[in-house]
Amino acid sequence: MLRLDLIKRPERSRRMALLSPLIAIGLTVVFGAILFAALGYDPAAALYVFFIEPLTSSWSLEELAVKATPLVLIGVGLAVCYLSNSWNIGAEGQLVAGAVVGSILPVMAPDFQTPLTLPLMLVMGIIGGMMWAAIPAVLKIRFGASEILTSLMLVYVAQLGLDWLVRGPWRDPAGYNFPETQMFSEAARLVTFGESRLHAGAIFALVAVAALAVMLARTLKGFEIKVLGQAPRAGRFAGFSQPKMVLFTFLVSGGLAGLAGISEVSGTIGQLLPTISPGYGFTAIIVAFLGRLNPVGILVAGLVLALTFLGGEAAQVTLGISDKMVRLFQGMLLFFVLACDTLILYQIRLRVGGPAREAAQ
Amino acid sequence: MAAATMGDEADFGPLLLEAVSLTKRFGTTTANDRVNLRVAPGEVHALLGENGAGKSTLVKMLYGALQPSSGSICWKGRETVIPSPSAARELGVGMVFQHFSLFEALSVADNISLALPKSRTGRDLPDTIARVSADYGLPLDPRAVVADLSVGERQRIEIVRCLLQEPRLVIMDEPTSVLTPQEADQLFLTLDRLAAEGCAILYISHRLEEVKRLCKAATILRHGKVVGTCDPSGETAGSLARMMVGADVHAITAEHRPSTGNTRLALDRLDLAADGPFAVALKGVTLDVKAGEVVAIAGIAGNGQGELFDAISGERTTKPGAVSFDSVPVGNLGVTARRGRNAAFVPEERLGHGAVPGMKLSDNVILTRHSATPGLVRAGFVNEAEAKAIEERIAKAFDVRSLHKNPEARALSGGNLQKFVVGREMDRNPGILVVNQPTWGVDAGAAALIRQALIDMARGGAAVLVISQDLDEIFEIADRIAVISRGHLSAAEPAAAMNRERIGLLMAGGAEGSHAAA
Repeated sequence: MLRLDLIKRPERSRRMALLSPLIAIGLTVVFGAILFAALGYDPAAALYVFFIEPLTSSWSLEELAVKATPLVLIGVGLAVCYLSNSWNIGAEGQLVAGAVVGSILPVMAPDFQTPLTLPLMLVMGIIGGMMWAAIPAVLKIRFGASEILTSLMLVYVAQLGLDWLVRGPWRDPAGYNFPETQMFSEAARLVTFGESRLHAGAIFALVAVAALAVMLARTLKGFEIKVLGQAPRAGRFAGFSQPKMVLFTFLVSGGLAGLAGISEVSGTIGQLLPTISPGYGFTAIIVAFLGRLNPVGILVAGLVLALTFLGGEAAQVTLGISDKMVRLFQGMLLFFVLACDTLILYQIRLRVGGPAREAAQ
Repeated sequence: MAAATMGDEADFGPLLLEAVSLTKRFGTTTANDRVNLRVAPGEVHALLGENGAGKSTLVKMLYGALQPSSGSICWKGRETVIPSPSAARELGVGMVFQHFSLFEALSVADNISLALPKSRTGRDLPDTIARVSADYGLPLDPRAVVADLSVGERQRIEIVRCLLQEPRLVIMDEPTSVLTPQEADQLFLTLDRLAAEGCAILYISHRLEEVKRLCKAATILRHGKVVGTCDPSGETAGSLARMMVGADVHAITAEHRPSTGNTRLALDRLDLAADGPFAVALKGVTLDVKAGEVVAIAGIAGNGQGELFDAISGERTTKPGAVSFDSVPVGNLGVTARRGRNAAFVPEERLGHGAVPGMKLSDNVILTRHSATPGLVRAGFVNEAEAKAIEERIAKAFDVRSLHKNPEARALSGGNLQKFVVGREMDRNPGILVVNQPTWGVDAGAAALIRQALIDMARGGAAVLVISQDLDEIFEIADRIAVISRGHLSAAEPAAAMNRERIGLLMAGGAEGSHAAA
């Protein structure tokens, strides 16, 4: 009888910490190919369209950066949360809340067009995301409610709220009854680079990556985050407060998701629509884990996941493959990332026969 | 009962169990190296060795929980493979673990029936339990709920559960570490009786005096190898310790005398509510520790030691006056503020409380010293070079051994990690030091090092409070001794005026009520 034994390593393997995301991507591609074959497509051609073609033109490279921007912004915030053992699953809702609160000025005071307009919108976007994230944080601190459930449920509340706004009070009066707000004025639009769709949000993402990388690696706050995440009892012994940390990490991740939301609306779209995100807030969870909860890793992982969005669009256009394929790819990727993480603390040994007991030691 | 099953004794010669050249390797380390062990029926056989000498590995192989890498086990003269603990029980090998595996919310009978084969769990089981337990001097009420029982009573459940399986060999891992001296004496009578009935007992203990009293044979392990066998009753505790350690154990030097220094740590009618269904509430705990003395708190595990430690360290806060450092009330301050008042704390649980398992030792330096050591954190940024320098200093002063420099905490052995967490606080040279179980699971050499350091620290003017379950340790280092029992603390008395019997009575609740009136 052939069996896999998991043997605990004495310390984390640094090599496996770097290799495991690569193994996960490799496994995802292999299983993706099998899936394409099962659906009746030529796997090689489908994988080419999905993963290589988007990298061959400058237009799609720009588009890659546009899609990676919210993923990275949200992903680094979630990493801070997850490192401290708080589970914010509702970044998608915080993104929507940030977009809505940030849009109050251009929608309700469209004539307020000054150099202050855009900075105010961004700040309000951040505050909107923070407020939405504060709800599950406070519920957890005050009542011990599972933040996983409350943050997730608030996503649907936010999405339905946005839907109601753009169909109701905020609908563009000159918009032929389409569910959308009026287009934002130039003063309310995020600066773009030349003619492209790439906007200043990409810079925010880079700044967030740098700032959080420094915070996590060098500061006492970063140390506190990691201690409370790994050993809450030791964290209490160190004098760190778990409730304050829950609030802090939710505010950071919510604020960044809100910034991503208002950047999307003000930079890429230019108005509020019933749907402003293809699920960036959920995909960012995968980005955070694929990037090993490390800000620099998340920058790379954000580009990889952005590629699946682009590739999915391309595959739909060129081969007629359902866009549900994108979700499937992302799901497989998350699954393999989490599974491969086992390799960091465990060795796998193949053996034939023999009792299994020792694996538990 | 056991005697009835021993009728075929003559068939397998004089030996019940013989392990021949048993070897167990974990990766590159050899936990057991060609170990031989011979146990005769009716023999109480001691297994001696320091922590990490390989005792646990050996008994796990005998109990079927581990498989040897090479070597063989002969049971009643026949070579036998023991693939699992249930197979071991089938053969007649029973084990009483150091850490109990009981469901607190279930009754004694339910807990026992869970471990027995279906055919044995009939309606008469409670009566059988009552009869067997009374027979062996281990009275148990089968209908009592485990949560309501003392640790000693819980251990009886484990022993009775083992006896009901009619074993020919009982393995006991540190059975007296949780008992009062009186409870331990009762256990020895039971073991004597079992042995007289022909049941062999493999007895693991660090307490050499009880090994001398109980055992007629001993096998001594050091670094995974058998270094000798002897008859403990013909040895002294000193000669046994020398065989275990392989060198003379450093003798502690201290004159114990009550100090006349200023009171540095004071507890005044400290009350603390229990924070869980099985936690202990502190009731009117009053104590003072003066500069220059070591005060020890004796007590059986689970009588409020953890809660007392949390209240003194500031992990749980109280009204201001209940805890004072150098005459300043600190009861309402958190742990960081209390460290800032030149106090240091070492908790019982090393991994996960005193240290973060997955972090390097230098990061674990930051854990307790981020606000107490100037220069370690500047403007919110951590000075890693300074943390590493402190880590190296601790490792040198306290002989912390590891495979490479600055490892993750979980990669250290228990003893080395204990030296690190104690050293981390002593390196600060604090005025008040509170240590819970300073040498829990530490080998004799390291324990002597830590105890001497505690005494030296007190003689240098610090107030040292030690919470310990080890009476030998307490008599070795304490100037005054108090006893904690179900959240009550007895008045601290000079060590010279205390003896084991008196401590045993206080452990069993003699101090309760003395503060209730206050």
